[in-house]
Order: sequence, then structure tokens, then C-alpha cells
Amino acid sequence: MNYFADAVAWLFDPTNYVGSNAIGNRVLEHLGFTLLTLVFASVIAIPLGFFIGHTGRGRGLAVGTAGAFRSIPTLGLLTLVALSVGIGLTAPYAALTVLAIPPILAGAYTGFEAIDRATIDAARAVGMSAGQIVRKVELPLSLPLLMGGLRSATLQIVATATLAAYVADIGLGRFLFTGLKNLDYAQMLGGSILVILLALLLEGIFTVLQKLVVPRGVAAGRPTDIWAGFTKLAR
Amino acid sequence: MIEFHSVTKRFPDGTLAVEDFSLVLPSRKTTVFVGTSGSGKTTLLRMINRMVDPTSGSIDIDGADIGTLAPVKLRRGIGYVMQNSGLLPHRRVIDNVATVPMLQGTPKKKAREDALQLLDTVGLDRSLANRYPSQLSGGQQQRVGVARGLAVNPNILLMDEPFGAVDPIVRAELQQELLRLQRELGKTVVFVTHDIDEAFLLGDQVVILRTGGLIAQVGSPAEILANPADDFVAAFVGADRGKRVLHLESHSDGDVLVDADGRLAGVLAGGTSPSAAAGAQTATEETAAPEVKAGPFAESGAPAQGGDPR
Repeated sequence: MNYFADAVAWLFDPTNYVGSNAIGNRVLEHLGFTLLTLVFASVIAIPLGFFIGHTGRGRGLAVGTAGAFRSIPTLGLLTLVALSVGIGLTAPYAALTVLAIPPILAGAYTGFEAIDRATIDAARAVGMSAGQIVRKVELPLSLPLLMGGLRSATLQIVATATLAAYVADIGLGRFLFTGLKNLDYAQMLGGSILVILLALLLEGIFTVLQKLVVPRGVAAGRPTDIWAGFTKLAR
Repeated sequence: MIEFHSVTKRFPDGTLAVEDFSLVLPSRKTTVFVGTSGSGKTTLLRMINRMVDPTSGSIDIDGADIGTLAPVKLRRGIGYVMQNSGLLPHRRVIDNVATVPMLQGTPKKKAREDALQLLDTVGLDRSLANRYPSQLSGGQQQRVGVARGLAVNPNILLMDEPFGAVDPIVRAELQQELLRLQRELGKTVVFVTHDIDEAFLLGDQVVILRTGGLIAQVGSPAEILANPADDFVAAFVGADRGKRVLHLESHSDGDVLVDADGRLAGVLAGGTSPSAAAGAQTATEETAAPEVKAGPFAESGAPAQGGDPR
């Protein structure tokens, strides 16, 4: 028995494209879930990261918390939240937001911290206000690293979002859990392939975005590995 | 006119950077703060545009206490040039120069036209206007920094070791450019350096500082060289080592000036053969060595002392 051929056959079976469990629906659900989680995590992590990066305050706490967040097993958290709020979308959104916060937070504040202090000092000395320094200097110069954080977070969410189907009827994870229950490995593998394709697509989009937001004039020689700064600070 | 009245600055970590400092910096003259690291010279400079606020005492500009002025507004009226240019890396040269005028509401088109003229003023080719700072040499970046400092046509120009990071030949060029600019524009320049020769070259008034922002001596370069106030000043300007006492030596190629340590210091203007002059001096400095005691003029380009800042 060739699982891979069966999976491909499953992917191209027209009956899998109709009804509430249609592949198209599940892909859109998965994508929507991923993007909304990204928004939740960004709303929390970006302002916090900018504040830490701009003021230099609370960095130790942020590094510690983000590190702790990274080590939380998502399935465990998902189960824990689901046990207290019940079956539904709240638990997966909460669990995956927690998963996505550390890379975005790290991207946001390392983006600010990677900026040459002398550049900011000079901007202040020529008469830029604090708000102007954030908007016209720190923000544009930090975008590449922030985008790196968003990219990393997106990949983690899109892959882990399959877990959402554990407690809710949503996303490509449905195929995995249904397939597992029915011993339908073609469906499981087909679902996995869809998740991988979606991840590759998003990765491609972010690669382009990340190139676009690097200001010309600083395109060369800037660090893009957000965790390099993170582990250095954590030490 | 800038006046320091009993200014003291103690940083939060307890460092006493400046203690009871009082001085008048005359308008349209260049005042140079010179001293080693920890002498408080940069702190003094940064207090003039409120990048640092004094712990006690006050600073007046043209009679107005700057402690009562809003820092952002004050800074926009004062030119500031720093060591590594401090240009915004994501903005083109022309936009860097036009930054502050545009913050003040000058229309973009006008600000850019003015910026182009400023590039002329500081001796930069207009073709560089659309480059990014990282595409310029260190000397060019410093010129852009000066152009930005002049962009709001300030009365006061603060310069924090602006030529410290460029090589000696470019530094000599930039120093001459600054002297030319100052002749043309007549700004009140406050200049910080650790290089006594640079201080003597550029300063109308030179302030030699000891650790803790204490004034060791204030005066014109000639006054300080002729009459060092104490051993510290004598050591600082090099008088104690005979560095300032030059004598003439005759060689087969011509006559050269040599200091007490035997180091080549330069040549007498008009008193030697062209070949010897070309060998001991750079082109920019030939015109600027009119007298024997002109150590600072002659030596920054002298090959024998290229690596020695003092």
C-alpha cells in the first residue's frame, strides 16, 4: 500500500471539495485562524516590544517571560484552557497566541535595540521629539527584525494550528484527527501536505515582505536572526 | 553669547563630570574645550543644547536661561555635529540635511533646494545628494553632518569631536574647511576635541580641562603656548617635552624644523627648497605654516608624527 499515492488521490478526489468539510473550506479556516492569532499576538507583543526597545526598561522580565512562554507545551496549554472554558475556539486562540508572542516580542525589541545608539542620540540632538524618533527613526530601522519575528511566529502558528481541531471544528487539523480516528492514513497525510503547502506559501510571502521593508541604504550588513540577539541578552 | 554660571553636573552613578564651571563663550568665535577622557568636555557641550541638564547652576544663551526653554525647540535652533556623523542610515544625504527644516514645517521642495546649496557650502558634490550615508567615505559623511548642522542656519554650532574618526590627511582638509566656513559664516562654534593641536588650530578661545570639568587654563592659543598656567597645561600642550621648541637643521635637501626630541616638525615658510617642502608637508598645510611656533599647523601632516595625536 502506497500512502503517498493514496494521499495524492485523496487530495484530488472531487468529493473532498464539497460540503462543510471541503478542503477549500478547511484551508480558508486554517488560514483565517492563523492570521487572527497573529493579530492577537501582535497586538500584545508589538507595543510591548517597542516599549522595551525604546526605553530599555523591563528587558530582563521580557526575556525571562518570553523564554518561559517558549517552553510551554502548546497541547498542554490548549487542554488546560479548554478544560476551564470548554470546547470551542477560545482555547486554541489563547494557546496559540501564547505560542506566537515570544518571537514577535523578540523581533520587536531586538529591532529597536539593534539600532546604533549614536543614530538615536543624533536624532535627539538635532531636535526630534520622542514621538518623531520612534516614528521616523526607530520604526523604519527596526522593521526588518520585526518582520523576522512575525515570520517566525506565523510559521509556528500555521503548523501548530492543527491542534485547534482537537477541541474545535476548525482548520486542516480536522483531517488529521478524523483520519487518525478512522485509520484513514491517506486523509491524514493529505491534510499534512496541505499544512506544509500553506506554510511554504506564507514563508514565501514573508520572505518577499521582509526584503521589501529593509530600508535602502541599510540593506547590507544588518542582522536578521532575531534569536541571535535574544540568546545574547538572555545570557 | 553663551554663559555658564557655576554649572555642576553629577551623573546618577555619582560621577562628578563637571564642578562649578563658569565661563563666557563669545559670539561669532570658536571656543574649543580640550581635555582627556573624563574631563567633562562632552558633558559641557551637551549641556548647551540640553542633551544633558546641569545638576546645579545655569546656562544662558544671549541672556536667556536655557533651563526655561523646551529642549526640542532649543535643539532645533542649534547645529550639532558628532563624531560618527550620526546620519540617519535609511535616508538619503539630501533628506538627512533637510530633516530638521522639514520638522519645522519648511516645505519639502524648499528644504531640498536649501540642502543642495548646503552641500555646495561644505564642499560636497551635488551628485552625492541621492546617495545613502553608508555609500560615502568617512570624510564625506562628516561634511554631510556639518551641512545638517547648518541646515537651520543656527547661530550656534556644537561640534563633538567631529574629525576624530577620519584619517589625518582628511582631518587636515576638514579642519581647513571649517576655518573657511567660519570665516564666511561667523557662527558661535563650540568644539570639543582631545587633540591639542586641533584646538590651537581652530580655537579663538581654548579651554584646557582637567578631570571633573575643572578649567586648567583659558586663553588664546598664543597665550597658552607662551605662558602655560602650570605644569599640567605645559605637559598637555607638550611644552615640557620640548615639543614646542623647534630648531632649524640643515640637510643636503634643504632646511627642516626639528623639535627637541629630534622629530621632524616641518619647514620654514619660503625658507627652503620646494622638494623638501613637498616631502615634509601636505599641500593643504603649506599655506598655513607662517611662523616657527606653528607646531599644530605643521605637524598633523608630518610623516614623522603621523601616529601621534599630540
